[in-house]
Amino acid sequence: MRDYFHVSRIMLMHIHALDAYRFKASLVHRLDARVKLVLAVGFIVSTALTPDGAWLAYALLAGLMLSVIAAARLGVGFVLRRSLVALPFALAAVTVMFTTDGEALLTVHVFGGDLSITDAGLTRFVSVLLKSWLSVQMAVVLTAATSFPDLLRAMRSLHLPKVLVAVIGFAYRYIFVIADEVARMMRARAARSGTLSLSEDGALSGNRRSGGSVFWRARVTGGMAGSLFLRSIERSERIYDAMVARGYDGEVRVLRHPTLQLGDLLIALLFALVLALIQLLARLI
Amino acid sequence: MTMSMETCIEINDLSYVYHDGRQALQGVSLRVNPGEKVALVGPNGAGKSTLLLHLNGILRGDGAVRVLGQEVAEPHLARIRAQVGLVFQDPDDQLFSPTVFEDVAFGPLYAGLSEEEIRRRVGWALAQVGAEAYVERVSHHLSLGEKKRIAIASVLSMEPEILVLDEPTAGLDPRTRRRLIGLLQTLPQTMLVATHDINMVAEILPRTVILDGGQVVADGATDDLLSDAALMAAHGLEVPHCYTPHAEQHHRQ
Repeated sequence: MRDYFHVSRIMLMHIHALDAYRFKASLVHRLDARVKLVLAVGFIVSTALTPDGAWLAYALLAGLMLSVIAAARLGVGFVLRRSLVALPFALAAVTVMFTTDGEALLTVHVFGGDLSITDAGLTRFVSVLLKSWLSVQMAVVLTAATSFPDLLRAMRSLHLPKVLVAVIGFAYRYIFVIADEVARMMRARAARSGTLSLSEDGALSGNRRSGGSVFWRARVTGGMAGSLFLRSIERSERIYDAMVARGYDGEVRVLRHPTLQLGDLLIALLFALVLALIQLLARLI
Repeated sequence: MTMSMETCIEINDLSYVYHDGRQALQGVSLRVNPGEKVALVGPNGAGKSTLLLHLNGILRGDGAVRVLGQEVAEPHLARIRAQVGLVFQDPDDQLFSPTVFEDVAFGPLYAGLSEEEIRRRVGWALAQVGAEAYVERVSHHLSLGEKKRIAIASVLSMEPEILVLDEPTAGLDPRTRRRLIGLLQTLPQTMLVATHDINMVAEILPRTVILDGGQVVADGATDDLLSDAALMAAHGLEVPHCYTPHAEQHHRQ
């Protein structure tokens, strides 16, 4: 029942949950989107470059991260919850525990061979886990504290390829439309997925599981995916017509972005300095 | 030549066949004079939307289409697209930008206008549809009625001489529909409106063209055509309430 409740809630609400932006009156929200984008990418790159096992540097990066979260008034719980979503991907790094040379801590017999977890491997694995978690937190704060249109404008004025930015913009605009379409299709399927009960001759009872075999259901789902794909193609053609009708000629054009404020630049400088110091520390200790 | 200068839209013997071989339009001829408000009615699949897409050259069939004295073909297309404001049926197709501002600014931006002029036009167009407050809003957070109004603003910002609308009132609740009809009444442009909303036609569009099976089967004063029960029934349409004698009797009693 819980599961059903969850699904029906998704079906009823207009899909807004995908929008990561949380408005708060904070310093981080007010900061120029270009500065935020550059600093967030800088933080992620710098975190990735921190050597394995530089625990003090990780602690400092985490401290920096926490102060950014505090300044953005987003709440540590909110950011941590969101950041957990990406954590399973970090498990791809599990193999480094076995493949890194070092002193064996634990040996297991698999397929007639020995697999050893080494001390260096464990250090590397935990480091990767911590670093990816910190990086995801920064991405969560960036998207929660910057409206998507601002982020797009920032990408444009930082001279990311125009077509790429336009594609990201369309993806953002239409993911909601397509998600709504999926919700409507699921609702239509649910509405026709009743269970028949022909109690008189007992051929079908009310207890019979609705929905048929797994293969049958997989086919229905495949059909839905296909029809969603076709609908999306048709929609993309209509959107293109609407663009051409207003003069689109294949060239992506945008208005200029206002110039940077001195305060934004000072914050950028300070943040970059802190990152550089952490890097220096990680290598000295 | 003088003739075509006076005519706003001039279509001669236009035919169009879809990729799959379906004949969508068959020998359509139509003239619309400046300032006219024309309804385009007919059953689903009659070719209404297909005809509208010919007016700014998105579709190109066999036959002649002239808009404001220019042939709808390559050298004039950019100018014609600025003069013919085409409002699509589904506003989610029309509003493709991240924010309302960027959608309404799209046409003027591609017309090569200066930044101040673009901003002025966006403000003016949004004011026309009563949506000044929506500038920085994100399109997917708007209601259908709001989206429809902003879709209209997104073509008004090009200051077109002709407005072409596909099903402007479809899917709207009575209050929102009423508001949209009020908005259409205030717009001075020559108007061609494809619609099933026969009561709106009776109210604000003095001329009606009935399209069925890709052909123009009737063209005349709305009052004459829409009150002709036999004609309406023959093309799967209904006589609007304001013309039915039954309703009149009710009112008299």
